[in-house]
Amino acid sequence: MKIHNIQFKLNGEKVALAVEPSDVLLDVLRGKLGIKSPKIGCDRGDCGTCTILMDGRAVRSCLALAVEADGAEIVTLEGANTRKWTQKLQKKFHEKNAFQCGFCAPGVILSATELLEKNSKPTAHEIKEAIAGNLCRCTGYEPIVAAIEETVKGR
Amino acid sequence: MDLQKLITKPRKGVKPHKAAEGLDVVGKSVLRVDGWEKITGAAKYTDDLEFGPGLLYAALVESPFAHARIKSIDVTRAEKLHGVVKVVTGRNFTAKFGLYMNDRYVFATDTVRFVGEQVAAVVATDPKTALRGAALVKVEYEELPAVMDAVKALEKDSPLVHPDLKSYTHVPWFFPKPGTNIAHWRKIRKGDLAKGFKDADLVMEDIYTVPRYAHCAIEPHSAIGLYDASGRLTMWTSSQSPFTQRHVFAETLKSFGLSHKDVRVISTYIGGGFGGKAGVTMEIIAAALAIAVPGRPVKLLWSRAQEFYNTYQRLGCTAKIKMGVSKAGKITALDFKLHWDSGAYVEYGANVVNAAGLSASGPYKVDNLSIDSMCTYTNLPPCGAYRGFGYSEFLFGLESHITRMARELGIDPVEFRLKNAIKEGDTLPYGAHMNPTGIRDAIERVAKEIKWGVKEKSRDPRKVIGKAQVCFWKSPAMPPNASSSAFLKFNEDGSINLLVSGMEIGQGLLTVMAQIASEVLSVPVSKIRVETPDTDRNPYEWQTVGSHVTWGCGNAVKRAALEARERILDLVQRVHCLDKSTLYLEDEHVKCRTKPDFALRFSDFVINGIQADDHTFKGGPIMGSGVFMPEFSSAISDPETGQGGHPNVHYTTGSAGIILEVDRETGKMKIKKVALAVDCGKAINPDLVRGQIVGGLLQGFATVLYEDMRYNEGGRQLNPNFSDYKIPTVMDMPDMVVPIIIEVAQPDGPYGARGVGEHTMIPCAPLIANAVEDALGVRIRSMPVTKEKVALAVKAAKK
Repeated sequence: MKIHNIQFKLNGEKVALAVEPSDVLLDVLRGKLGIKSPKIGCDRGDCGTCTILMDGRAVRSCLALAVEADGAEIVTLEGANTRKWTQKLQKKFHEKNAFQCGFCAPGVILSATELLEKNSKPTAHEIKEAIAGNLCRCTGYEPIVAAIEETVKGR
Repeated sequence: MDLQKLITKPRKGVKPHKAAEGLDVVGKSVLRVDGWEKITGAAKYTDDLEFGPGLLYAALVESPFAHARIKSIDVTRAEKLHGVVKVVTGRNFTAKFGLYMNDRYVFATDTVRFVGEQVAAVVATDPKTALRGAALVKVEYEELPAVMDAVKALEKDSPLVHPDLKSYTHVPWFFPKPGTNIAHWRKIRKGDLAKGFKDADLVMEDIYTVPRYAHCAIEPHSAIGLYDASGRLTMWTSSQSPFTQRHVFAETLKSFGLSHKDVRVISTYIGGGFGGKAGVTMEIIAAALAIAVPGRPVKLLWSRAQEFYNTYQRLGCTAKIKMGVSKAGKITALDFKLHWDSGAYVEYGANVVNAAGLSASGPYKVDNLSIDSMCTYTNLPPCGAYRGFGYSEFLFGLESHITRMARELGIDPVEFRLKNAIKEGDTLPYGAHMNPTGIRDAIERVAKEIKWGVKEKSRDPRKVIGKAQVCFWKSPAMPPNASSSAFLKFNEDGSINLLVSGMEIGQGLLTVMAQIASEVLSVPVSKIRVETPDTDRNPYEWQTVGSHVTWGCGNAVKRAALEARERILDLVQRVHCLDKSTLYLEDEHVKCRTKPDFALRFSDFVINGIQADDHTFKGGPIMGSGVFMPEFSSAISDPETGQGGHPNVHYTTGSAGIILEVDRETGKMKIKKVALAVDCGKAINPDLVRGQIVGGLLQGFATVLYEDMRYNEGGRQLNPNFSDYKIPTVMDMPDMVVPIIIEVAQPDGPYGARGVGEHTMIPCAPLIANAVEDALGVRIRSMPVTKEKVALAVKAAKK
């Protein structure tokens, strides 16, 4: 099997590694690079718990091949912790109990980060659309939406 | 002079005891102690743990048939594949296991009983090789006739799923019928049923059906096992029940020389449980594989599809209900027959059937009562615990039926429920007496919230608005001797490590336990660390299920904190010669009511003791332990009537109401408003209780409006994924959710608390069905109540 040598920026640091063509980006992040905030939930793009930012866009890393990351800038929640909107979101998520088991939280926060970095004044509907691909089985979503709305309002 | 006044009157300059001033931490919505870890992505779940390059991965060989005899298993090709370390079959693991009934196998040996059942496992150096190896294992089967329906399974000529049922061991409160597919039959007989029906002015009979459901925690099950050279088995599992798992592992694998002391279960955070991670399912496979490959850690990670068909599903239920009601609106008789499809193995599911059978009267006083709750084997995936534990299923029929009968008699359905609602001291179906309950308050507050009795019109002429209100109750379903314990240790700086084995499954247990310890010891929550357990280090907890840990584990924590407090007070009394009764704890100090200037900081003595006048030190590390067991509980009763025991420790009650908008043409439903009031005794953390209400409601509505599990004729689930088995997204949120907390104290609960976790999900199905009828005049008797079903019913009604 052909081995590909790829390079990308991961949470601000350059990484270089060899991958097989069939290697999935999520598995490489978790298994080879020790990045654990993107989770395995469904392995087919349904649940959004593997969400990462790839060149600023929220991407399901279970649907991306590792080779597609070559040359890209990848940010996971481990690295997003220093971003302005992510920090604000995290504070509100904590205050509003916008998580319970916490398993979907990294993906939801990154989807919301993408939204707010592009549109700092989203409507309620835009907020819902931005996280509609992130499944949460615990909260009923209400506190998540409330946390994002309050982040926008800067309360 | 009034003697009483003299005794209680505070002396001048004497601070009253803290208890008299109310609570400092309990009842406050303090922020979650696990919050920051979770929202920064730092929280570790089982699959996030690292085991180094020696980690092995397992993949399963699964049955393609619902029922078949295994003729042969050929592993030679798989064994030859480069990277395969071992192929394991049932030959080495013959012991059966189970929680309440030993009917499950580590690997199928002679017979497979559902599609997807594990037949063999391939252990390899990487996941891809393990999967390739599993595909090379050749199994020859002889297909057997299968039964997929709980009612058909009772027919005389039905295939038997477990011909050896007679030899299975089980708890003494189960009554299997060997030679049939009946694994357990819970009977309740109370009062005079015939007389009750004679006294009725209206008798109505109908059948309600509830299909199977899946938990859909976003985190799949995972387990890693390591059997080391010292003869110890360490398991890292995503589990609601680390101690129960330890017990089952030790019992099932004892032929390998393991005893309980050799088995260690370490549980991290878990990404949602909802009952699906209670007991033992796939973890036993990982434990067996660890034994088979000693010295190397072996990981088993479930795929989303396996999550559906090989953990537990919620049981399917066909409920036949016959109810008698007088003109005055009193329930005079109830005959309730519940047929449960419990799947191929019922080691946990049979207790769901038992719990429902004990409580199927609902939160009503029913003097003439007959309940038959029958657990039936079928050749579908095994069923077990799911948030609600059987109550969602019987409440769909019961609460639908009650609304229909009230309407038929011209009685307001809310009035009807108020009239029949159970009161403290009323006799329960099994003869014991009801605990304090705020159900009437709950009914009234919900009715007010949804403006019950006021007909509303949609602004959209294509849509109509319906309203409904129902009641619910639920008790923890647990063995009578299920216990909790806690261990509390002070540190040099006065901070505390609190050890419990109640699991943080998202509900906020760690925070609530810290609050209880904080309340007793006056140490702020920020100085108390509580973490997920390791069975070697943490004290025993039966399981985190049944909405019982705030109550059970909370009691143990309170006792541990009180013991530590006693030790502190004893020490100060001994060294400072102050009377213990004058001492109290405040702001991390020991203070004295008779000496206002006395204040001894915890950090000055909780590890290193107090220095006496002679320069010696007294005391030593301050610790506390607490144990709680409901010593009044008993599960033994007359098998024919269910009378005589005290199987349920208490019931949490409540009511829920809905304003539902329905499209006449398409049947599409929108929840405009839902209110749910639950009597949690005491909300130790009100925001967390509200979180349970909001989240539980959507999980409940999902089972009515969206989720729809399908099988083909061969017993294969057709939709084991989130594309085809639809759980709600943020787009499916109700427009408005109103959580209402009622607090009628539970006398034996910590600060009066009782559980709420499951209760918030169970009223949803009858809410929707009743509101649909209110809006459109059509009655749906089978779940789910999808828009398609509603539209077709409206169309049929027009004809």
